[in-house]
Formats: sequence, structure tokens, C-alpha cells
Amino acid sequence: MASPGEGTVKVSHVEKKKKPPARYWQGAQEAGKDANNVGKGREQTAKGLQEKKAKTQKPNKRKREGGGRDGKKLISGRSDPFPGPAPIPEARVQKFKRKEKMKRPRRAHHKLRNIIVRSEEASEMAQKQAARFDLLLPEDAGFLEGDEGEDTCTISQEDIAEAVDITSGAKYFNLKLSQFGPYRVDYSKTGRHLLLGGRRGHVACIDWQSKQLMCEINVMESVTDVKWLHTEAMYAVAQKKWLYIYDSNGIELHCIRKFNDVLRMQFLPYHFLLATASATGFLQYLDVSVGKEVTAICTKTGRLDVMCQNPYNAIIHLGHPNGTVTLWSPNQKEALVKMLCHQGAVRSVAVDKTGLYMVTSGMDKKLKVYDIRAFKPLKSYFLPAGASCLSLSQRGLLSAATGDIVQVYRDVWRAPVTKPYMAHRVQGTVWGLHFCPFEDVLGVGHAEGFTSMLIPGAGEPNFDGLDANPYRSAKQRQEWEVKALLEKIQPELITLNPDELGHIDQATFEQRHQDRVQALGFDPLAKEKFIPKFKKKGRSSTGGVERRKKQVAHEDQREIIRKTVEDRMKMEKERKEREKKMVALSSQKSALDRFKK
Amino acid sequence: MAKGSKKSLKTRSEVTNTGAVGKPVMVYDEENEGDLQEAGGNITSEVEEDCDHERKRQKLLEAISALGGGRKKKLGERSEAAVQVSEFTVIAEGEGDKIDLSDLIGTVKKTPAVSAKTKKQLKHLQQNKKTIECPLSKQESERIQRDVAFQNAATKVSCWKSIIKQNQRAEQLVFPLNQEPSGPKPMERVVAGWKAQTTLEQEIFALLSANKQPINDPILTPIETASLRAMSLEEAKIRRAELQKARALQSYYEAKARRERKIKSKKYHKVHNKAKRREFLKRFDEMVKTDPASALEELNKMELARMQERMSLKHQNSGKWARSKVIMAKYDEGTRKAMQQQLEVNKELTQRQVTSLNDEHEDEEAGDDAEVMPDIVNDAEQGLDLSNPWMRGKLSEDPSEKEMSALVSLTAEDDGTAETTEKHEEVEETEEEALLTEFHSKRKLCSAQEADTVPVIFVEEEEEMEIEEENKPAAEDLDASDNEEEELSEFTNLFQVKAESCRAAEAEQAKAASDASHRDTSAQLEEGLMTIRTLEDVEFLSLEKSATGKTPIHPQPSPTKENPTCITQKAGKNRKRKRGIELKEVLTKETKVIQVPFTPRIEDTEDSDENLEQRGLIREAFAGDDVMSDFLRDKRMQEDAGKPKVVDLTLPGWGEWGGMGLKLTRKKSRRHRIKTALPPPRKDQHLPSVIISEKRNRSISLHQVNSLPFPFENHIQFENTIRSPLGRTWNTEQTVKKLVKPEVITQLGAIIEPMAREELMKDKKQVFVGKTK
Repeated sequence: MASPGEGTVKVSHVEKKKKPPARYWQGAQEAGKDANNVGKGREQTAKGLQEKKAKTQKPNKRKREGGGRDGKKLISGRSDPFPGPAPIPEARVQKFKRKEKMKRPRRAHHKLRNIIVRSEEASEMAQKQAARFDLLLPEDAGFLEGDEGEDTCTISQEDIAEAVDITSGAKYFNLKLSQFGPYRVDYSKTGRHLLLGGRRGHVACIDWQSKQLMCEINVMESVTDVKWLHTEAMYAVAQKKWLYIYDSNGIELHCIRKFNDVLRMQFLPYHFLLATASATGFLQYLDVSVGKEVTAICTKTGRLDVMCQNPYNAIIHLGHPNGTVTLWSPNQKEALVKMLCHQGAVRSVAVDKTGLYMVTSGMDKKLKVYDIRAFKPLKSYFLPAGASCLSLSQRGLLSAATGDIVQVYRDVWRAPVTKPYMAHRVQGTVWGLHFCPFEDVLGVGHAEGFTSMLIPGAGEPNFDGLDANPYRSAKQRQEWEVKALLEKIQPELITLNPDELGHIDQATFEQRHQDRVQALGFDPLAKEKFIPKFKKKGRSSTGGVERRKKQVAHEDQREIIRKTVEDRMKMEKERKEREKKMVALSSQKSALDRFKK
Repeated sequence: MAKGSKKSLKTRSEVTNTGAVGKPVMVYDEENEGDLQEAGGNITSEVEEDCDHERKRQKLLEAISALGGGRKKKLGERSEAAVQVSEFTVIAEGEGDKIDLSDLIGTVKKTPAVSAKTKKQLKHLQQNKKTIECPLSKQESERIQRDVAFQNAATKVSCWKSIIKQNQRAEQLVFPLNQEPSGPKPMERVVAGWKAQTTLEQEIFALLSANKQPINDPILTPIETASLRAMSLEEAKIRRAELQKARALQSYYEAKARRERKIKSKKYHKVHNKAKRREFLKRFDEMVKTDPASALEELNKMELARMQERMSLKHQNSGKWARSKVIMAKYDEGTRKAMQQQLEVNKELTQRQVTSLNDEHEDEEAGDDAEVMPDIVNDAEQGLDLSNPWMRGKLSEDPSEKEMSALVSLTAEDDGTAETTEKHEEVEETEEEALLTEFHSKRKLCSAQEADTVPVIFVEEEEEMEIEEENKPAAEDLDASDNEEEELSEFTNLFQVKAESCRAAEAEQAKAASDASHRDTSAQLEEGLMTIRTLEDVEFLSLEKSATGKTPIHPQPSPTKENPTCITQKAGKNRKRKRGIELKEVLTKETKVIQVPFTPRIEDTEDSDENLEQRGLIREAFAGDDVMSDFLRDKRMQEDAGKPKVVDLTLPGWGEWGGMGLKLTRKKSRRHRIKTALPPPRKDQHLPSVIISEKRNRSISLHQVNSLPFPFENHIQFENTIRSPLGRTWNTEQTVKKLVKPEVITQLGAIIEPMAREELMKDKKQVFVGKTK
């Protein structure tokens, strides 16, 4: 978009001259450029197409450039109609982009230049390849669409179950378990297994798709929370007093007495950490791969019954009765961040899969959406009854429970929402909500049992077979377990910004030394204190000892003084030299000195 | 003399006798050498028994004399009578003179036997005055030879340099090096090594060759090569000349442009621009007739420029210059005119071009103009007539307060402009509103000061409380949504003011530590909080009323007793703070109410535990103030903890006369106070409702790279190079393979020969070929 003025000026100036005769090579050059552009491929696909058109318009003259050199020409002389690699859509490439491309430094060491160029090439190749293979994720997420004038939230579950195919329809079901009180729910990471924990001690794990009961026990104690561990072979149950771990047959494996009065649990799958929040205000981390307690943090904020994890960076979010939400990592004894979110107590917190948004609900009957990276509020909604439980699905659907009603919202962080996407009334007060991974299903645990709801568009349609494969065999599971254990991330690497490991530590020497001292428990650089040796035959009299001490001290001091004096001398010398130089410089006679007075 | 010498010699002989030492003990002077010899003669005559001794002595003497220096002892001539006379030395006349070549050659001329050639040569030699250099020593010549040999070897070896460097820098090396690339070969290469055998093939090739088409490598057809050859020398020359001319002209033009650009005269530029514009318009008119399409394009461009102008703050009297002028505008006709002119320019630039080409977008411009004009200019003009209450108020003030008034008016103007952007209809009311806002700001100041001096105005507070209570039911009557909105804005306002109040209160606390009235800190906090909240409410309501058009009812501002300078300062501060509030108001979003299709049948029970529920209820009941102030206090504490503490090392009475009523001198206390540098700003300084811990994460620093690795110049480069992962989890298999390919691959079983010379030649050839290509 050159300004018109410049253009005209230039044109007029050049056009004054008589037009240079048309050269055959000019045309050839342009053609050559065209060929280059086409070769480059994807960025200039549009341009390339235009040029291709232009080419076809030209008489079918044989072009000699290119020829056999770049192999684009066939032996027959015809040009390849689709030269170069297949183009990739820009948006898809953008999806796999990691940071901005780096500028190549102008005058750099050849090694540096090589490194930069190679790494750029590698990352670009990785990006392109990933974009190319994105084609292999063919499934699309579903959605619910009402008739004209019909709200999607008025469509009942029964209608949906009738409309969809039989297997999907079977995913809507109710379990009537009115005896053992409100239920907590958890799905395993692959989404195949369901864990139910009734308040009055009933624990059941089910392969919910085949409706096969794996085990069912009553622990004869109140159960506050249940959680699957890394596989469906083990789960943790927070009971009245202590934390228990059972296997899928209902056999008690461990009773962990270090973890008492646990109210909520979260499992960090890539770190193999079980984080628990207790009624005594302790946030504890248990490494389930080695069975050790990693840290116990006293939060000093009272009863902790609101907890969730940020799947993006494995930070634990806790909600408190004073309206704040605090963020915790196992590496710091104080909260990383403390946000005032509500005027009343916080009732529930949820963080989305990408780690961008946090949704909170509080006693002030508000539902707030935060940008959790900038810690800024994005949206604020008023729910007439307030939301007691929140859960976010893989595709970003938000489910909120108000009393016995489960509402599901779509895109709470983008457009302001006025109506729920779906709503459903269950029999009793909702106690636990959990979206099933890789399925369009929401599990609701309530006072009268469990309800599995169909929520179109909730689950991620494409799964990563190496990460969480819903259809894996026992052998695959075993292999996955070994690999996952090998790739376990250490708890020290949990930070607010997971990229932090790729940054250079820019701390000062003192800071680093301090860290070292703290880590070692002593100062490795500290000087040893002089303790005079005991001498016999009365030579170790108090005066003698003192004298010896003094001697050593003097010696040290002398050393220091000598050093400082030397330094000073050096400095002085340098200064003098500089001065001399200056004098020499200033005393140089210039031709203009003669005019000085 | 002779005697003495004799004696001495005697002693010498004794010495030599006793110890047969070759070392000279005495040093002889040069002068008495002759005497010595004489003495020596005497001694020989005296001591005859031992010739051996004599000889030895002679030798010794010689040695001694040799030690004396380079000067050789002159042997006596034959003519003289001496003991020692050399028989060989015949001293001629000119003994010391050099022999010239001419002396020797001189005889040649006379002798006829010498050939002419030699004569000539000799003559030549004679003329040549140069002396022939003596040959170098063996060592030196060897050294030179070695040097030359080294250089030769170095040049021979250095031809490998490039290839070695290339191999060193290569991403991957596959040994053995000279390998045929595997994989499919291009068709052409295969064809090249293939010959037509069947008759059909032969015929085809014959046809091709008959038509002068390339057979195996279609680089250039013969016609094309011919055409390539066709470019003659003259043509090339002509072209070169043309290019030269063009270049010269361009340089002239550039020089001219540069010269013109350097002209500083504003008037020149003004005239120049005007002329340009006129010309452009003329051309545009022509274009409309001749080429409407391009004219439309031009028009679009103009429109775009206009849009940009409208968007930008140029010529809107908002720059530094304009602001400096605004102050003077009231008193100076010239500046006012200048500002008006500026606005004129703006109007002109933002005016829509009315053309016959596109008249579909013709609508009013009046609205724009109203927006564009900053009200302050109008104010200044209207300030002359006394009917304007705004100006009346100002003019009645003391001259000392003029400064202040200007500042206040500035703030007023700010507010005014903000409002104009908000609504169109309010443009006319700006003056009133400005007045209002000024009152508000004053009142706020007063209230702030009142909060500082708490006990004086209790009654007023109560009144305001009442007002608030009156207002509250009215507010409750409104919709739920409205209520929420209000609450939210209130919340933010509260936040700010509370933060300030807390700060103020704490400062006060520090000051009045010894105050008689012992107040609980929390109580004080609460109080300050309450007052401000009420004030805010009242203001908020009054503002609303004014907006709706009702007569604003607000208490008369209490007369300010402070000196004006203080007020101006505070006003400035206030303005800054205002901006802060605006920033935070952006953060909080208005609440949306969500309609739910069902109403919950079962009442929400937070916890079946009775007391827990109760606690929750209590919490809910007392939600609001206590939560926020707690949080603010917490944040304040954290901030304070992060600040460096001033260490005071003064020892009172030290180095001074003792006694009662001792006062520390300021100088001394200052000298002993150790201040540390301020830490970097907190991460949460712009987030009022967030506390971010500033503690360093030690655990991850153990795993981080803690110093920049070698070739990198800055950490961004390094971080960028490691930004993309290498593992299988994040990459496709192909990519992983490429990313982790080994630096050196050796083929199993293949013999890796040292690099042959042919390799070098091949490389060179390739380069050469590449160049020709």
C-alpha cells in the first residue's frame, strides 16, 4: 500500500525516458519467479494458483527454465499441475505453532547461526508435519440443535436418548441408590470406569459402558471423596478418619494414616501425585508411584472443602469461606496466588483443560469466569440459586448444579450466556458432578443415587491412543503404565508457568548461593572457625589460647588488608595510566591550537 | 722506573715459579710494554738455566697482551735494532691504504693480450661501485629454506581447509563419504545412460534430432541458444548507457528531494503542500473523466486517510502543544486563534469528500464536529460573558487561585470529554456536568480530609448514613439486574477507596501512635470504610439523578479551609487515581442474570452439619465488608513485608554531650540510616483483588540452565532454540527421526578411506559448475 504520491512521482520520472525495449530475458525472469513461488508451496497457494492460470493462458510454449534440474518437469515437457508438497491450511499450521519464529541474528558466530537456523528449521518441520497429520483426527464433536423457537435447554434427556442410536441411548441411565446417601463421582482417565462413593460408606466401581460391576463394598465409615489413581486398578477413598487405597476388587491395599480428615482429593496423572485437602487445613501430596508423602502444607485457612486442579500446570486451586481462591504448588509453603473472587464463601471451582479459564461459584450466588493466566475476571453471571458443584468438560462445557437441577452451559467465557445449553432435574440434591472423558456424558451423583446424562458435544471426539486410550487392552495398559512411570514428571517441576523449565535462571549469584545453603543445610563457602588445639604441660592456658586465636585472626585480617591494598594500588595505577593517556591525548597538538590564546 | 719494574718482575717470576698458574695477576699498562721487553731481555741474560721457563713466560706475556684488546702488538721493523724482529713483515710505503680496482686494472689497458671483451667487462665492473654481499651464513640460509618449505606445505594443505570446515559444520556426515545417493533417481538421469535400441525408439530420436529438439537433457533448444547468442555488443552498450542515465537521473532526483526535505521553513512547506494538493485535485478531476475506476480507488484511499485522521488524535488539540496552549487560551487571543486554526485543519481533513462518483454515503457531518471540538475552547470563549456561571465562579476568584482553577478546569475537561464520548445528547450539558464533577472532586477531597480527622464530623456521617438508608429501599425496588450492576460498580469503587482509606488510616496510625484516644485499628478501619462508602453512594446517586435530568440534590460542599496549593496537589492526585479506577472498572464485568427453566425444588443445603450451615449463613450474612477489608489488609501486609526496611544505627548520645532533652541531629540520623534499594514492582500491583507471591521458586531453579551456554548472545535466542519439544509424545514419528538423527553415520562393513585428492577436485568442479549455472 504505497502512498499514491510516491508512486506517481516515481512513475512520472521514469516514464520521461523512452521505454526500454522489451527484452526476452525479462519475461523469463518473471516466469522464473513464478516457478519459485509455486515451489514454496503453502503460503502462497493463492498466488500460485493465479500464476498457474496465467501460465495456462500463455501459448503452450516450451519453457526451458527449471528443466531437468529441479525435477519438476516431466520428460514430456509438461509441467506438474500440482508442484511441490501439498499445501496445508494456514489455520491448521497456526494451531501447532510454538512461540514466534526467531529472527536470524545479523552478525553472529557461525555456530550460533547454525544452531538457530537448524532449530528454526526443525520446529517449522515439526509444526508442518503435525499440521499435516492433523488430518488423522477425523471425528467432530456433536452438538444439540433445537427446532425453531425451541430452546435446547427444554429438551429432555429421554427425548435425546430416544433420538440417538441404541448404544448412545444406553448411556443415559439412572442408578437408584437411596440408602447410602449422596454420592461422589469420579471417572477414570480413559473414561471407561466409574467410581461412586456414597456418604454412608458405599463404594462401587463400575465399567459403566458395559454396566459391569467391578466391585462393591461398604467401608462402614463415612466417605467424603473418592478418586481413581493412575489406572483403573486402584482408587483412593477418603474416609472419616484416614485415607484408604483399594484395588478394583475392593481389597484394601493401604491405609495412610498421615492423611487424616481428608475432604477432597485430586489426582495429578502425569506427576503421579494425589493431592488431598483436609478439614484441618492441610494440603498434602502423596506420590503414588513410590508411596511417599511429598509435602504437607498448612494452608492456615481452615476447613478445605473446595478443590480442583489445573490440568495445564498441575496447580491445585482451593476455595475458601472468605471468598478467596488460592493456588498451590507442592514446592511452596505459601499460596502462589490468592484471589478474591466472591463476597461470600466459595462453593466450587473448576479450571478448563487448556488452563486458560477458571470458573468459580460462591455463596453470593454468582458464577464468575476468570482468565487464570492474567488473574482477571472475564465474565460474571448471577444464578438465582447459586451453584454448588461445577465441572468443565474437555470441550469446555460447564455444568453447574443448583439444588437438584443440573445445568450445562456452553462458551461461558466467550459470549455472555443468558440461558443454559441443557438442563436436567435429578431426584435429589446434587453432590458430585463429573464429565466423562471422551464421551458425551455427564455423571451426576446425588442423594438418590447416580444419573448419567447425555450432553452432546461434551467429550473430546479424538483420543490420543498413547496417552489415554478408552479401548486399550490389558497388555496395552501394562505397557502404558510402564511408559508413564518412566515419563513421570517430578513434583519439583510444578510451577505456575509450565514453560519455566525452558527459561534461563536469571537469579543473582547471592540468590543462588542462598538457595544452595538452604538446600544443603550449611554454607559450603563459609570459612571454618578456628579452634585452638589443646596443648599439654600448661601451654594451653587461657591467655595462651587467646593469644593463639588472636594470632590467627590477625593473620586473616592481614590477608584481607593486603588484598584490599593491592586492589587499591592496582586501581590507582590504572587510574594514573588513564590520566596519562588523557593528558597525552589532550596534549596532542592540533592545527587549530595556534588560534588559542 | 726500570728498577721498579724489575722488582715487580722478580716478584712475578717467583709467583710463576711457585704456582704454575696461567692466570695473570698483574695488569700491564700499554706504555711500558717496550720497557718490559727490554727488561725481559735482561732477565733472560740473567737467568739462563731454564729455557723452558723463559718460553712459558713469553707465552704468558703474549696471552696477556692478547687480553688487552684487539690491538695487535706491532712487531718492530727490521731496520730497527730489536730483540724480536719479524722476518716476514716488510712494511711498504702505503701500507694502510686500500687497494683500488683501478690500480689493478690500470695495467690491463696497456697489455694488448687481453681481449676487448674482458676489457669491457672489467670496465663495467669498474663503473659498478657496489660491493658484493657476502654469502649468508649456513644457519640463516637454512632457516630461509625452511620458511619457504613451510609456506609451500601450508598452501598445499590449506586447499583442504574449506572441505574440512564444511565437514565440521555439516549437520550429518555419512561415512564413507563419496557414496552414491540411494533412492529413486530422476528419470532424466536414467534416460541419459540409456540408448535407443528398438527401431521405434530410433525413429523417435531421429525425429527429435531432425526437429532440433533436445534429446536427453532439455536445457536449451538450438533456437534458444541462437537467440541467446543474438545479443550484440552494440545493443549491450546502448542498454548500459540507458541504465547509466537512469541511475544518474535518479541520483539527481534523490539529491533534490533530500534538499527539499531539509528546508525548515514552515511556510514553504505549507505552500508546497497546498500546491501539491491542488495539483492532485486537478489530476483527480481529470481522472474522474478519463478513468473512473482508478479515480474510485483514489477516492477510497482518501476516505481511508480521512478515517485514519478521524481515529488519530492529530489536530484534535490534545497534544502537548495544545495542552500548553489551553492554559493560556483564556487570556490570549493569539493562542485561541491558533487552536481554532488547528481545529479548522482537522475539520478540513476529516471532511467527507463530496463527489458525483459515490453519493450513497452522504449523511450528516454535524455530529462529528461537535465531537471534535474540545469544550475547553468553547469555555474559554464563553468565559468572557458573565452569564456563564462557570466562568463567573472562576473570575471572582483571587489571582492567587488562578493556577488552581486552571488545573481544576483541566480535570473537569477530562471528565467532560469522557462523557461526550459516552453520549451524544449530553454535549450541551457538558458545562454543567463539569461543574458538577468539580464539586464532586472537591467534596471527595473534603471527605478524605475529614476521614483523616475523624472525630470532628460524626454528625455529618450519621446524616449521610440516613441518606443512604433512604436510598437503599429505592435501589431495591429496581430490577435484580440493575441492582447487581450497581453493586458491582460499587464494589469496584469501594475497593479503590477502601485501599486508599486503609493506607491513609495506617499512615495516620503511625503518626498518632501516642494519641490519647486509643482506638482499635480495626475499628478505625471500619469507620473510615463506612464513611467513604456512604459518601460514594450519595455521589453515585446524585450523579445518576443529574444524568436523568432531575435537579441534583446534594449538600453544599463544606468550605475548604486548606490553602489552595494543597488542593491543587490533591486534585492532581485525584485525577491520577481516577484513571486508576477506570482501569479497574474495565476489569469487572457486569453480571448477567441467567434464566433457568426449572426452579429447584429442594433447598440448597450446603452441609448437613447443622453448625456448619449456620456458620455459612453467618458468613453469608456478614459477607461484603469484612471479607474485602481482610483481603486488603492481607495484601497490604504482604506488600510491606516485601519492602526493604530502613535500618537505623544511630546511637543517641554517642559522640555528643550527655544530658536531658538530648536531640538527635538530622544529619547524624541520616548518616546512620541504611536504606536499601527498592525491589522491583510487584506482579500484582495492578490487580487489586489478587496477591501474587513474590517468593522465588527454588526447586525449579535446580533444574534450570543457570548460565547462558556458549554461542548464544542472549537468553531469548537460547530459549527460542529449545522451545519445541523433541519427543515422540509431541511429534510425529518422521519428525522425531529427523530431529534426533545422529551426527555421524558409519556404514557397517564399509571401509572408510582417508579423503583422496579427487574429493577436493570434485568439490571444486562442483563449485565451478554451480557458478556457471
